Amino acid sequence: MMKEDENPGQIELTILANPAYLCIARVAIRKALEISGFDDQDADGVTLALDEALTNVIRHSYGGPCAKPIIIKLSQIPNYRKEAEALEIVVRDFGKHVDPKTIKSRDLNEVRPGGLGVHIIQTVMDEVEYSCVSEGGMQLRMVKLIPTTDGSDMISGVKTGCGESRIEKTQ
Amino acid sequence: MTRSNSNPDNVVQNIRREDGATVLTLAGDIDLHRSVDMRERLLEVMNEKPKTTVINLSQVDFMDSSGLATLVEAMQLSRRYGGQIKLVGVQQRVRSILEISRLDSIFPIFENEAEALAS
Repeated sequence: MMKEDENPGQIELTILANPAYLCIARVAIRKALEISGFDDQDADGVTLALDEALTNVIRHSYGGPCAKPIIIKLSQIPNYRKEAEALEIVVRDFGKHVDPKTIKSRDLNEVRPGGLGVHIIQTVMDEVEYSCVSEGGMQLRMVKLIPTTDGSDMISGVKTGCGESRIEKTQ
Repeated sequence: MTRSNSNPDNVVQNIRREDGATVLTLAGDIDLHRSVDMRERLLEVMNEKPKTTVINLSQVDFMDSSGLATLVEAMQLSRRYGGQIKLVGVQQRVRSILEISRLDSIFPIFENEAEALAS
């Protein structure tokens, strides 16, 4: 189900944890990214990051395909940092808790199948933050700055808090 | 010999043997859902131990890490028996994920099948 709430810049999409529905999420977010002003390259990257996040939920949080929900929230945030506009994507699941500090990218010098999803998400997005939800499940918050007309965007600082893992990039 | 698989739900649309090489034509998005079919078909081909396997990706618009994992698995299997895998017609979106994952230097990439088969 896709709905626009009272914030006109927010979209919520709920899919079941079934790989067959990944394409629905990709099509929806790709369109939202176009509307938000992302160019094709960034829109493709963010769409890939969301696909990887959903794939990780299905595989790891739920332990495989099932009929449980994954909630995706997209919010366009004006004046996010230094007056830059940003798109925030929150992926919420109701699976098992995973210590956010253990969610890491693997060594890419080791050529082997699998384990690339977290690396792709961290490479594409400007901010990535995993947290446990007290009511159960995990939440992944990802932020992508919307490029300004002069082609710049900027974000800085690295912070890790208890019970959450956060990565921010300086561009 | 050519084996077609025109069902649009299948990733591997066509497999043909040519001059000692096996050429697979893949199509559509390759994600966690559709990479299962891709893996099954690719592993069947690897069991035949072709010297060269050419994978035509010109009809693949999207690939995620599950598709990449399948390609890496096939590459590792082929290396064990001295074979090689070549990619053809890699679209920009697929090239991007290969670059992000630093696999673009692992797979030989060609513009078209003729170049891949001649190399």
